[in-house]
Amino acid sequence: MDVIVCIKQVPDTRHVRLDPETNTLKREGVESMVNPFDMYAIETALRLKDEFGGTVTALTMGPPQAEAALRQVVEYGVDRVALLSDRAFAGADTWATGYTLAKGVEKLGAFDLIVCGKQAVDGDTAQVGPGLAERLGLPFVAFVRRLVQVDPQSRSMTVERLMDDGYDVVETPLPALITVVKEIGEIRVPSLKGKMKAKKIEVPVYGAAELGADPDSLGLAGSPTRVVEVFAPKPRGNRVRLEGSPEEQADRLIEALRGDKLIAN
Amino acid sequence: MDYFLTEEQLMIQDLARQIAEEKVLPVRAELDETETFPAEVLKHLAAADLFGLNVPEAYGGMGLGGFEHALAVEQVARVCAGVATAYAATGLGSYPIMLGGSEDMKQRYMTRVASGESLAAFGLTESTAGSDASGIQTRAERVGDDYVLNGTKQWITNAGEADVYSVIALTDPTRGPRGASFFVVEKGDPGFTFGKLEKKMGIRCSATGELIFSNCRIPADRVIGKEGMGFILAMRTFDKSRPGVGAQAVGLAQGALEAAVNYARERVQFGHPIIGFQAVQHMLADMAVQVEAGRALVYAVARFVDSGAKDVSKVSAMAKLFPTDMAMKVTTDAVQVLGGSGYMREYPVEKMMRDAKILQIYEATKQIQRNIIGQELNKEFGRRKKA
Repeated sequence: MDVIVCIKQVPDTRHVRLDPETNTLKREGVESMVNPFDMYAIETALRLKDEFGGTVTALTMGPPQAEAALRQVVEYGVDRVALLSDRAFAGADTWATGYTLAKGVEKLGAFDLIVCGKQAVDGDTAQVGPGLAERLGLPFVAFVRRLVQVDPQSRSMTVERLMDDGYDVVETPLPALITVVKEIGEIRVPSLKGKMKAKKIEVPVYGAAELGADPDSLGLAGSPTRVVEVFAPKPRGNRVRLEGSPEEQADRLIEALRGDKLIAN
Repeated sequence: MDYFLTEEQLMIQDLARQIAEEKVLPVRAELDETETFPAEVLKHLAAADLFGLNVPEAYGGMGLGGFEHALAVEQVARVCAGVATAYAATGLGSYPIMLGGSEDMKQRYMTRVASGESLAAFGLTESTAGSDASGIQTRAERVGDDYVLNGTKQWITNAGEADVYSVIALTDPTRGPRGASFFVVEKGDPGFTFGKLEKKMGIRCSATGELIFSNCRIPADRVIGKEGMGFILAMRTFDKSRPGVGAQAVGLAQGALEAAVNYARERVQFGHPIIGFQAVQHMLADMAVQVEAGRALVYAVARFVDSGAKDVSKVSAMAKLFPTDMAMKVTTDAVQVLGGSGYMREYPVEKMMRDAKILQIYEATKQIQRNIIGQELNKEFGRRKKA
């Protein structure tokens, strides 16, 4: 089974610092990491390779340093990588990103499944996965927490989709695109052989020309949305401070929630 | 401090550290509390290619040396000495095969061990043979095309969990130093069972138990090398394995040092963090010096042993003796720095102190190590020409 995984290099949010003047994230000197949800996507793809064989390809759109993210996932067992990088891609919103990734997927050739992480921890829109599926005309399932049954021969797959109040069981033909959540399973460890391969592997870089991309659909030019401001909203509304021991506070909270009819009696 | 490791060595160090932090750290307290064998964690180490570091490539290993193995053990021990023991003991159990086994035997067993598919164990200790290895009473009688083993091994690490056991038994009690031989015994061999697992002070997740041989019949080709090579193989095994124990001690001490420094920076008494008090600072300074000295010694000796040098017993013993004594002191001091919190199981240092003690005992006590070094000094100076 040939699987493509779209990954994103994001700032390492475990060690964020805020610039106290602008209230935005300090980006200089901040380390990068592979978007955590994308690691679950990688794990999902690798499990399929374990079971059915085939290749796992990791694809990313980013600046040249995004190459490090691709090398990192090779350590876990990814076979092939590709970096979509070009000045023209910069400033892309999720619409333009989806377009660019779609051109990248076309460049990579045939596949049975595309796996993405649910969302990126820096943008948090969760839009690129579905947007990409739409552009490629692929059936799409979000928030996949389990692959129940995968049948490469009959070109179909059954998955569980995690919802707020339970889960759905969804059957889809292949090829398809899914986004995964962390419930999909424990991420494996990299291997020494993987690390050696990651050091040596060639990372092809495709720019706008190699992808045959329409310049008006790329980057800032191709983005219908703009990020105007990023800010932490000031707390609004009444705030009541509950006093007492944890047990007393719990009692008071339950009383208050019952009073507001937010929980049953 | 930079020890000028090669790229490959740095990879091994990074990888072992990552696995220790991601897979061992979240479960180390529970494994200790429940005395549960760390099977899952060992699977991760196997998947990461960390089981065959010093096994030749011909048997599926990475073809590296004891130094690389020490680097990995150190990183695992920094997080949990119990897991490190289970991991390193497989190395110990495979050394007799690696050092004395036939090509066929190595092919048969080392591929399984290098892949992590099979754990190994080293069976020497008995109730009558601790420091005095010659006190073993387990017998191996040649009967036709087989050997039949009778006896009981005590306090064997990975008992019950390993598939491959290097066991030393008497083949000819009249021949003294040449009276013992090593055998490969496999889990499942007829007449081979396991006794109870011991309840220990520390390294509680490591499986320590009896190997019981009751007319255990194994094919004659299971003898490692030749009859009579037992004690020699044991000594050569320890020469190789001791720096690894030293590495375990260095890792354990490093973990304790880090816990102590971090705590001292946060804990406020008398108006400021306690690391501001000279009494605490001096303790931490001494701990840090000791850890670095231990590391430098282990690295130097491990490299020396890997170079193929012949006379390594003295320095190998040093590489076990110093770091293990040091780790006992450093972990005890770490508990002291954390004060009352250090005594509570909620904090990791009391476990580190409990774990440290065994390092001064197993793979030859600190007294035996001193014997070895003293005797080697005597021999060494006896060989020198007088001025």
